[in-house]
Amino acid sequence: MLTITDLHASVGDKPILKGLSLHVPAGEIHAIMGPNGAGKSTLTNVLGGKPGYEVTAGSVTFRGEDLLALEPHERAAKGLFLGFQYPVEIPGVSNVQFLREALNAQRKARGDESLSGGEFLKLAKDKAGLLKMDMEMLKRQVNVGFSGGEKKRAEMVQMGILDPAFAVLDETDSGLDIDALRIVGAGINAIMRAPDKAVLLITHYQRLLDVVKPDKVSILAGGRIVETGGPELALRLEAEGYDAVMA
Amino acid sequence: MTVATLPTRREEAWRYADMDGVARLGVAALDQWQAIDVPAGESVTRCLVVGSDAPELHRFRVTLGEGATAAFFVTNAGGDYTRVEVEVRLAKGAHFEFGGVTIGGAGVTREFVTQVIHAEPEATSNQTVRAVHWAGATGNFLGEIKVARHAQKTDAAQDFKGLLLEAGASANAVPQLEIFADDVKCAHGATVGALDEGARFYMMARGLDPASAQRLLVQAFIGDAFVALEDEGERETLLDAALAALEGAKL
Repeated sequence: MLTITDLHASVGDKPILKGLSLHVPAGEIHAIMGPNGAGKSTLTNVLGGKPGYEVTAGSVTFRGEDLLALEPHERAAKGLFLGFQYPVEIPGVSNVQFLREALNAQRKARGDESLSGGEFLKLAKDKAGLLKMDMEMLKRQVNVGFSGGEKKRAEMVQMGILDPAFAVLDETDSGLDIDALRIVGAGINAIMRAPDKAVLLITHYQRLLDVVKPDKVSILAGGRIVETGGPELALRLEAEGYDAVMA
Repeated sequence: MTVATLPTRREEAWRYADMDGVARLGVAALDQWQAIDVPAGESVTRCLVVGSDAPELHRFRVTLGEGATAAFFVTNAGGDYTRVEVEVRLAKGAHFEFGGVTIGGAGVTREFVTQVIHAEPEATSNQTVRAVHWAGATGNFLGEIKVARHAQKTDAAQDFKGLLLEAGASANAVPQLEIFADDVKCAHGATVGALDEGARFYMMARGLDPASAQRLLVQAFIGDAFVALEDEGERETLLDAALAALEGAKL
């Protein structure tokens, strides 16, 4: 579903990704772990098309298309979802309005009918329930006044509503307490665990992987994937640390 | 009173005006004040969408009786110099509400000029102005608040925010407070900034195209100006007129 080949990317003049290659087929949950500064967030931002991140070499193919040639909103319409490490607050815009417009924009780009207000609210209620989030919160402004954990849960509600084929989740577990981690993990499983979907799960900790069991685990260090293995690789990292495993 | 000559930029209230536009309006236009007298205890609401392809000047002189209320909500989206002036005199316990949006490009100056005179005690006023500009355009808010010596317990607030979509556009806020009473609250604030690129990217990452993302952000930004307007239909008319002006704006 997603094939990254020899990707090089810079922020300003600073090269961050230095020949990253990775293949994630449909049906796979692929965890990416790595020390601070390895390039995990840069990878997320490059995949999402954030301004300021320059790809200097390499390619990214998503569902058979050149992902890097697409604008961020076109990537979303093709089925890519970014779970933000730091979800953005948007004062004055309600979650309901934002998500309905976003979903209908995606549907329009794909040639599907728009959802009516009623249809959308039913869908939103359903997905909010999955993440044990009150509908009242969805009527509030996007992420404004939400706690760290609520923001992450709201991200997953957004993912449920937008129903992407591929999700890149950047440290979705950061800022979550134990209960919220279980809820968010179960949400990821419910929404994304399917034969025609895939997830790139970027995390620092094994604890999320106890709930969302990865098929593959890769270590990102120095801007490249240095090792790929099964779930046992994450356990080794947790036990021994990066230096020992990568030595 | 007859104004014999055109004003100049040396006059504070005309400091940021488009003097070419003023000249095209002509001396006669300066004399046309609309008087609105609101008797004690009554209230008046005016919703206006102003602006056309010619210069426009709208001048209101409002007198509020005891406990009376006047509310003005204005979308100023002219294609040429467009100026809206409101002079208000508040009696005891009266309230004046002003919500204004200047929006547009094309190098045009659009402005609000208010003079709020708290002549008696316990009157309140609240003014919220939002300016969204691009393509060398200018948005101005010159707001004067005068509090008379015996107008104790006056509560006056003024809030201006400018959003500039590209370099070369400008926003000017000129709060002028003249307070002679000692037991009053007068608040004013002014900020000018650019569109939140982080928010725009977040919206695009969820599927909104750049124009839709900008539109939603601008809608949220200017919405503050019309929050106090209870009539939903009128509010929609003002917002729609403002957002229509956004078509073709710099992304």
